Amino acid sequence: MHIVVCIKQVPDSAQIRVHPVTNTIMRQGVPTIVNPYDLFALEEALRIKDQYGGRVTVLTMGPPMAEAALRKAISYGADDAVLVTDRVFAGSDTLATSFALASAIKQINKDMPVDLVFTGKQTIDGDTAQVGPGVAKRLDMQLLTYVSKIRSLDIENKEIVVERRSEGGVQVLKTKIPSLITVLEGNNEMRFATMANMFRAARYPVKIWNKDAAGIEDITKTGLKGSPTVVSKVFAPTPRAVKAEIIQCESNEPKDLSVTLLTKMFTKFPKIEKEISKRAA
Amino acid sequence: MSEATETQKPAPTGKKKFELDERLKAYKGIWVFIEHERGVIHPVSLELLGEGRKLADMLGVELAGVVMGPPGDTTRSFCHEAFFHGANLCYLVEDALLTDYRNEPYTKGLTDLVNKYQPEILFLGATTLGRDLAGSVATTLKTGLTADCTELNVDLDARSLLASRPTFGGSLLCTIQTLNYRPQMATVRPRVMAMPERDASRNGRIIEDKLGMVESSIITKVLEFIPDEMQDKPQLPFADIIVSGGRGMKKPENFKLIWDLAAVLGAEVGATRPVVQAGWVELDRQVGQSGKTVRPKLYIAAGISGAIQHRVGMDASDVIIAINNDPNAPIFDFAHYGIVGNAMTILPALTEAFKTHLAMARKAG
Ligand SMILES: Cc1cc2nc3c(=O)[nH]c(=O)nc-3n(C[C@H](O)[C@H](O)[C@H](O)COP(=O)(O)OP(=O)(O)OC[C@H]3O[C@@H](n4cnc5c(N)ncnc54)[C@H](O)[C@@H]3O)c2cc1C
Ligand SMILES: Cc1cc2nc3c(=O)[nH]c(=O)nc-3n(C[C@H](O)[C@H](O)[C@H](O)COP(=O)(O)OP(=O)(O)OC[C@H]3O[C@@H](n4cnc5c(N)ncnc54)[C@H](O)[C@@H]3O)c2cc1C
Repeated sequence: MHIVVCIKQVPDSAQIRVHPVTNTIMRQGVPTIVNPYDLFALEEALRIKDQYGGRVTVLTMGPPMAEAALRKAISYGADDAVLVTDRVFAGSDTLATSFALASAIKQINKDMPVDLVFTGKQTIDGDTAQVGPGVAKRLDMQLLTYVSKIRSLDIENKEIVVERRSEGGVQVLKTKIPSLITVLEGNNEMRFATMANMFRAARYPVKIWNKDAAGIEDITKTGLKGSPTVVSKVFAPTPRAVKAEIIQCESNEPKDLSVTLLTKMFTKFPKIEKEISKRAA
Repeated sequence: MSEATETQKPAPTGKKKFELDERLKAYKGIWVFIEHERGVIHPVSLELLGEGRKLADMLGVELAGVVMGPPGDTTRSFCHEAFFHGANLCYLVEDALLTDYRNEPYTKGLTDLVNKYQPEILFLGATTLGRDLAGSVATTLKTGLTADCTELNVDLDARSLLASRPTFGGSLLCTIQTLNYRPQMATVRPRVMAMPERDASRNGRIIEDKLGMVESSIITKVLEFIPDEMQDKPQLPFADIIVSGGRGMKKPENFKLIWDLAAVLGAEVGATRPVVQAGWVELDRQVGQSGKTVRPKLYIAAGISGAIQHRVGMDASDVIIAINNDPNAPIFDFAHYGIVGNAMTILPALTEAFKTHLAMARKAG
């Protein structure tokens, strides 16, 4: 069983501060983390490895510093790590990202055939949930999104049964491997890194692939050139024509403020009063 | 933001007039994929028809629904539902293989239709089904897809879709365009757009097509479907009144004040992401970009700063009341009423005031 887990390095959103005047984010010094959703994918892969044996390869496309995310994954127990990094990838949207990742997976497959590809549900920065489906289509693999549980895996017959979250319920699907699974969050918990794996992570020679090593010849499919979407404008949301009416009254006591608020609101918006009075019955 | 701001330079606007490729000028019209499961249309598809109607009128083109499903009256009735909500025509693919949603046949069906009839814009709901399908179709067609848009518009000169969504981190939005590729694809989450009026006197044309697949060529099989038990799940998107709390509530115990007010108003309880992540309330109660989009008649926000990711999920509420001890909190920029003060003392007083009002209404009969 050979599982490739795609992980992305993202800024730690909990530590991001917004510039009070320009409204842009202050990136300097913001630590990076492994996209939290991807840890569920990695843990699921490690569990399959525990049960069936095999290898787990982690893969990321990103700047050289993304190597740190791969080392983290090795410390949790991944066997191999590949960083795909090249200036031609800069500015990739999801279509170009899926092309680069799929090309790299084809190269990985040459060393050891890939049975499953796992991704997270989505990232916390781009937040599109589009890369998983994209990679699956590029590799012509069966796509299973929002998987909450892997029910069974039959390696001999190359069959897998999963539970997939859909609107209003759970679909139980049976398909063939190789397939690509986007793993839903919250159904497992990342294990602790063992001391041995932490040492291994520190010394592990991450494979660093440029576009050639990743088997990419046609660079018009990568980076800005290979990205149909362009960001044409960044803007602040339009404030309401009038700001909130701040409720004030003589005493400014909570009780009086509340009564003043209701009186004002019910006068201006009679339908709210109606909606609330419905509940008297 | 990550890649987008650092390397994706804003496209030059205004200077040079954008010329669309000759080959792409053949792409005309706006399509909405009509999502349905177990015999009911997902409301997001109707909301998209409402928005699509406006854009189609601006571009002077037709609005079409795409209906795929098992043969029968139910599937056909979805075409009429699409007409009632603004579509001029529907593309209909009926096949028993389309009974349950599966990625492979739906991707093929929709991709084939696009290649044959060439729409310039294609919208899908940002649901589990819509995202699965949109990502697959966009990659197969090698075109651009903008996720989770909160505003849609068109640039009439370039005949280009302007799809806006919140950026990462900052309280900003970005507009994404797909210039030299067709169709321009976007997903929109449920409840972001307003539900259009249903007009049962409207009609339209149905264009039928074939799927051209056999079951033996489809690798993934559906073994069973386990429906959710609806009763126990919070139903925020369709609630008329919502009382939400944020990190300003300080402690999980204080959230009781939110529940108390909600109980008096028969309201649902909502929350911001930090509150959900801290485990004070369940995930289904998160309002915002990565939670639920709501449009109640009344939204009461206590101890919530009003970050863009929260705002896009509740901005369309009819009336917003904000309680915050910081007079400069961004939420006061878009709330209708504000009380500056400590939520822990304001909330109980507000609960009492509503109680008194209800008692009076009861007396008045
Ligand atoms: C604010 C913002 C908005 C954007 N909007 C759009 C948009 O609407 N359309 C668009 O096409 N692009 C958009 N982009 C660009 C997009 O974020 C990048 O293409 C990014 O490389 C991948 O998309 P994602 O972060 O949304 O990943 P998702 O599709 O959310 O990621 C899903 C999974 O794919 C895997 N994965 C994703 N990226 C990598 C990677 N680099 N290496 C390894 N595995 C990975 C992970 O397992 C992840 O959990 C946007 C970027 C930003 C910052
Ligand atoms: C990709 C992405 C997706 C996101 N998705 C969501 C989402 O879906 N939903 C969401 O909500 N957030 C989301 N966020 C997080 C969002 O950016 C904000 O961090 C979050 O909304 C802030 O929550 P808050 O208002 O509860 O907390 P804070 O921003 O910490 O605000 C707390 C407020 O309480 C006030 N306060 C403090 N004490 C009191 C008191 N005693 N009485 C009254 N007021 C008091 C403070 O003045 C402050 O304004 C997302 C972020 C990212 C990057």
